[in-house]
Amino acid sequence: MKKAMMLTTALIATGFAASAQELNVVSWGGAYTVSQVEAYHKPFTEMTGIKVNSIDADNPATPLKAQVEAGNVSIDLADIELSDAIRLCDEGLLEEIDPAMLPAAPDGTPAADDFVPGAIQDCAVANIVWATVVAYDASKFPDNPPSTLADFFDTEKFPGKRGLLKAAKRSLEMALVADGVPGSEVYEVLGTEEGVARALAKLDTIKDSVVWWEAGAQPPQLLADGEVVMTTGYNGRIFNAMIAENKPFNIIWDGAYMDYDLWAIPKGAPHLEDAKKFLAFSTDTQRLADQAKYISYGPARKSSSALVGLYQDGKTEMAPHMPTNPDNLINPIWTDPTFWADHDVELSEKFNAWLAN
Amino acid sequence: MTDATGQLTTADGKPLKAALAASLATRRRRAFLLVAPLFLFILVSFIVPIGQMLYQSFYNDTFSATAPNLVQWFDEHPAGSEIDESAYAALAADLALMKQEKTAGAAGTRINYDVSGSRSMFTSTARKADKFEPPFKEAILAEEKKWDDPIIWRAMRSASSPFTFDFYLAALDLTRDDSGSIVPVAEGQAIYKTLFWRTLSMSIEITALCLLLGFPIAHLLAVLPMRKAMLLMILVLLPFWTSLLVRTTSWMVLLQSQGVLNDLMVWMGLIGDDGRIQMMYNQTGTIVAMTHILLPFTVLPLYSVMKTIPPSYVRAARSLGATSWTAFRRVYLPQTLPGIGAGGLLVFILAMGYYITPALVGGADGQMISNMIAFHMQKSLNWSLAAALAAMLLAIVLIFFWIYDRLVGIDKMKLG
Repeated sequence: MKKAMMLTTALIATGFAASAQELNVVSWGGAYTVSQVEAYHKPFTEMTGIKVNSIDADNPATPLKAQVEAGNVSIDLADIELSDAIRLCDEGLLEEIDPAMLPAAPDGTPAADDFVPGAIQDCAVANIVWATVVAYDASKFPDNPPSTLADFFDTEKFPGKRGLLKAAKRSLEMALVADGVPGSEVYEVLGTEEGVARALAKLDTIKDSVVWWEAGAQPPQLLADGEVVMTTGYNGRIFNAMIAENKPFNIIWDGAYMDYDLWAIPKGAPHLEDAKKFLAFSTDTQRLADQAKYISYGPARKSSSALVGLYQDGKTEMAPHMPTNPDNLINPIWTDPTFWADHDVELSEKFNAWLAN
Repeated sequence: MTDATGQLTTADGKPLKAALAASLATRRRRAFLLVAPLFLFILVSFIVPIGQMLYQSFYNDTFSATAPNLVQWFDEHPAGSEIDESAYAALAADLALMKQEKTAGAAGTRINYDVSGSRSMFTSTARKADKFEPPFKEAILAEEKKWDDPIIWRAMRSASSPFTFDFYLAALDLTRDDSGSIVPVAEGQAIYKTLFWRTLSMSIEITALCLLLGFPIAHLLAVLPMRKAMLLMILVLLPFWTSLLVRTTSWMVLLQSQGVLNDLMVWMGLIGDDGRIQMMYNQTGTIVAMTHILLPFTVLPLYSVMKTIPPSYVRAARSLGATSWTAFRRVYLPQTLPGIGAGGLLVFILAMGYYITPALVGGADGQMISNMIAFHMQKSLNWSLAAALAAMLLAIVLIFFWIYDRLVGIDKMKLG
């Protein structure tokens, strides 16, 4: 079985067989990959002469799993979500990472203390903190704009269609917070049968008004088309529409759903040493702060915050748009990857069944 | 011309039979060499990967390969045995092995497909595995008391053989209870049967719509003079050559609630601005877009069949006194059956496995089973369940193919 898989994958992968001074980095595409190319890839190539190939995937964890299981790895480094980082690490598909290899902060604070809690995992190191937030079209609510997650579920006071990610993860948690559960206690409630029923009941109240989205580029599009008046979305994409494209959108930070994106190295990466070098380089204080110049995702190092300056347009202050800004941390939901590793199957089935009926 | 021995020979004296056979064999070899690249291509790019995928639907060794001691214990103790100290000793040994090999997550994921919440039991208990000392039962239960749940042991027993039908059970909304007998899953969790039915009924609806719409078009194409027919043909083929994504997105622009059609109706005063009709992101949207995309697949086979029907047959029927309806029903329609069969079957099979269009315009209730297969391939990474669902989809299509062969006969199909 494995051999047969290896053979077919080898045939497919011969296309990308890489030479010595190269690094294959897989990420999510769009404005996010652009920010990484500008802040990490280009300076890295300049410094070391190693060419960095940027490859896009819908979810980089999928090709990574396929390649490692087939025993033919062409990926050197992948940008993956926290729950995937923990899951793939537990399954032995990722290289372990020694935090000692990460550079200290400029003031000498060791990396282990400089990163925000949970950002350094056994097999992965976070580069950004990102949030799933509610955004609304301000022109549709001139007098009395919505301000809380509960308002998102209130179609009487704020009539109009809603955009919501078609997935159990995030939808269920946000429904509970809107129903009055504090962000910090969401997973205790969601761990019970009643909690799941409560979340689905809350979602039921807006089910008829929901336009479901799947790709990160959709929410700003839905808002711009007027197809929805309020939607959940990734804060970086909404920021891009607000600032770069001058759309009249606003973000509600109440009940924002916080997650990390992490660098991970697959077992059997063809350029292991270079990949480690790149990982250490791209997660140093300056590089993480540089990335914030291109997209409003928060750097995973505390020491980077002070260096975050203006957006690439040269006039927009980035700090107020960062999910990690203390003013924006209103009742946040911090993702619980262990919970999701355990309950993903069950909750996704329940959510999909609820959706289909 | 026979010689004394009664054998025909060629000019150089070889027996004719052998010479003929040799020359035929050479030709056959040459013909095979011509087909070989295609055959090899299909084998490597189609048959082998599909075979591997189907194999995964009933073969999953993530647990059995990582827990050898438990596998042995389950072999020695038949179902229903008491979970005693020796079982916990095997569990402790396997957890230690999993810690060493970093496979606790994989093993836990496999069990978690059956018992939600069990994955972290493996990863967290395995982390402490090298500290366990006899009696193992107490040591393990002190670490995590959920280990004495019989359902965990039932799930591990069923996963201890790499060959399993658990994924087919899951694909049919079935599961096993504590005692191992097959029962339906909890009310709010059943989904696949509904989706199979929906996929089937939507595919039939789409096929019927395509035939209904395609028949007159094909007829027109077949009877119009050449020049006009060519123009019409281009109108049929143009969308056929356009990217699937472009066509789907165009329908979104047309039908969404802020779309062209709704704007037009509001402008004409047919509906109020707050009464816009939801035609997209639901079943209606999926059926409309898919019917449009699949229409050429009925028009083309129908056209090629209709082109060969001499108009004199219908004229003869009419002159013998048949009404136009009778002539159509008794003379024309039966002759188009091979085209209807081919077009219908083609559209039906394509519709059963359609993925992108329902994913984009399906919303909540326009999803089909292929979207679920994609979900398990890309998001939940449960490839065995995806394979089981795909195998069932394949089986359903083959059943329909067989019924078609029985009713109409596959040799009567005419694709063009």
